[in-house]
Amino acid sequence: MAELSGKYLVGVYDDDDTVLHAVPRLRKAGVKIKEVYSPFPIHGMDEALGHPRTRIGIAAFMFGVTGCCCALTLMIWTMGIDWPMIIGGKDPISIPNYIPITFELTVLFTAFGMATTFFISNGLGPGTHFHPRFDVRSTDNKFVMAIDLGRNSMTEEDITRALRDSGAEEVNVKQF
Amino acid sequence: MHVTSPVREPLIQGGKTYADVTEDICRHVEGAPTKEWKIAFGISLLVLAYGSVCLAWTWWEGLGVWGLNKTVGWAWDITNFVWWVGIGHAGTLISAILLLFRQKWRTSINRAAEAMTIFAVLCAASFILMHMGRPWMAYWALPLPNVFGSLWVNFNSPLVWDVFAISTYFSVSLVFWYIGLIPDLATIRDRATSNISRFMYGTFAMGWDGSAKTWARYEYISLILAGLSTPLVLSVHTIVSMDFATSVIPGWHTTIFPPYFVAGAIFSGFAMVQNLMLITRVVYKLEDYITLEHIETMNKVITLTGSVVGVAYITEFFIAWYGGVEYEYYAFFNRMTGPYWWAYWAMMTCNVISPQLFWSRKLRRSITFTFFISVVVNIGMWFERFVIIVTSLHRDYIPSSWAMFSPTRFDIGDYIFSFGLFFTLFLLFSKYLPVVNMAEVKAVLRSTSAQMPAKIAGVAKVRQRGTAQPAYDKDKE
Repeated sequence: MAELSGKYLVGVYDDDDTVLHAVPRLRKAGVKIKEVYSPFPIHGMDEALGHPRTRIGIAAFMFGVTGCCCALTLMIWTMGIDWPMIIGGKDPISIPNYIPITFELTVLFTAFGMATTFFISNGLGPGTHFHPRFDVRSTDNKFVMAIDLGRNSMTEEDITRALRDSGAEEVNVKQF
Repeated sequence: MHVTSPVREPLIQGGKTYADVTEDICRHVEGAPTKEWKIAFGISLLVLAYGSVCLAWTWWEGLGVWGLNKTVGWAWDITNFVWWVGIGHAGTLISAILLLFRQKWRTSINRAAEAMTIFAVLCAASFILMHMGRPWMAYWALPLPNVFGSLWVNFNSPLVWDVFAISTYFSVSLVFWYIGLIPDLATIRDRATSNISRFMYGTFAMGWDGSAKTWARYEYISLILAGLSTPLVLSVHTIVSMDFATSVIPGWHTTIFPPYFVAGAIFSGFAMVQNLMLITRVVYKLEDYITLEHIETMNKVITLTGSVVGVAYITEFFIAWYGGVEYEYYAFFNRMTGPYWWAYWAMMTCNVISPQLFWSRKLRRSITFTFFISVVVNIGMWFERFVIIVTSLHRDYIPSSWAMFSPTRFDIGDYIFSFGLFFTLFLLFSKYLPVVNMAEVKAVLRSTSAQMPAKIAGVAKVRQRGTAQPAYDKDKE
């Protein structure tokens, strides 16, 4: 998480539907929203904010392919090339017997790779004591919209009014 | 738009708001440990201590302290292993498969069920280490170039598949569980009053801030993890069953094993979830979150999987007769009428008959009865594994090799060890971590709670008025 600086307007909403409908209205009115913080996922919020669709799925697929290849390489090389052995009258390289481990390693690589990608792309990690800096209630029961005044051409009063109109129950100013 | 269906009862009762959910779930994490918790924890530590002494002696002295003999080479060790792994299937089933099926009732129980999964798999793994006899050689099961020769592990062996399956299952379940915990840890961090708890929960919350972007990624990876865990959970018990099914022992060499083991695993896992949740909901006053509806739904799953298991028993028996292999036929006939008849009939009664009682709505909504049947089911599922393992082995091909198995105090002591481990870990979890997934419960609250429709109406009014000054501003100013 990048360090925050500047002056922010913080709109506090008490309902997830209100904030979800407030976002397109404010954007249409010309307000540039930095981010919305909520205690639980609000479906459609990232589209409403105009965030690009997450590409974590592509990463997951790549990790899966890596796991699959690693597993097959390991088994074919050890069982078929490094020390070939005939077990149960089967070929040294007998792919059907390798299916269970190939599957398990594919899942293992995907899960760990994807989780690591998730932590890195969100800037999450141990020691990252990044508390919700706009409003501490955003992990409890409030839905918090942060607006960077430095990046908006509208005046503070106009944005405050727009936030109020969109249903914010409080509008606070936060200076970093 | 969210819609409340009038047909179903709300999942979360008591007209909870988002703040109520936080308050209700965090209460036990933030408060001092209660007297009941301390007593229960003390008892589990004592049990664990006794079990650890037995286990230490088993490893010091060798597997000769168990009741195994040259005919019955697997008995309680593998019975307990399969039993615990089976129990460990419910958590991931609830969190992964029910997520894919969009079953919202899972949100109240998935956290505790996943924790149970992780602890049960640890108990199962402890039996794998125990039955090796020389646990310091456990790394021999890994594909390392063997320093005692150039051999590798045999990748054709289901026992090696099992090493991969169990360790993958354990670690993926742990990742799934931990990622689900992060938002709730952040909630506790932001409410913390003491520096130490703010530091501890803050460290494990990893700086979670709940931004829309993070949530979008969170939802996406939850879905992929669920998609991965669904075949994973089915594969694990399939591979465990292949430890038996790929052998040529009459009674084990059966193609029906994989689905039959998976159904049995879900069956016993749900029974264990019932046992734990029925106690947890009363102790932590979570009756509004884990309602009769949840209990009834889980009982339906128990009846379904119990019926699958029952059909599998009967099919297996039919094929033993119809297949015309006399060794196979003898193995099954001997199970039913031989010296271990009592184990077979205990299994049949507990697993086939008892879950059928849940066809009565009154019984499946009775908490006492549910608790009783859940215990019975777990006893039955232990006997199932005992019957499969010991009764198939104890009659060798040559009658001079026939033997019986009787457990020694170390067989029993090592089993007790796993209970001590399981309950110690579960009690620590239930005190220091939120037992219900707050974020997910909040997310389903609106569509399932009785309190919400008024709110939705309020929002609609604001939208109709367009940009005009909303009414509630007048109250504020």
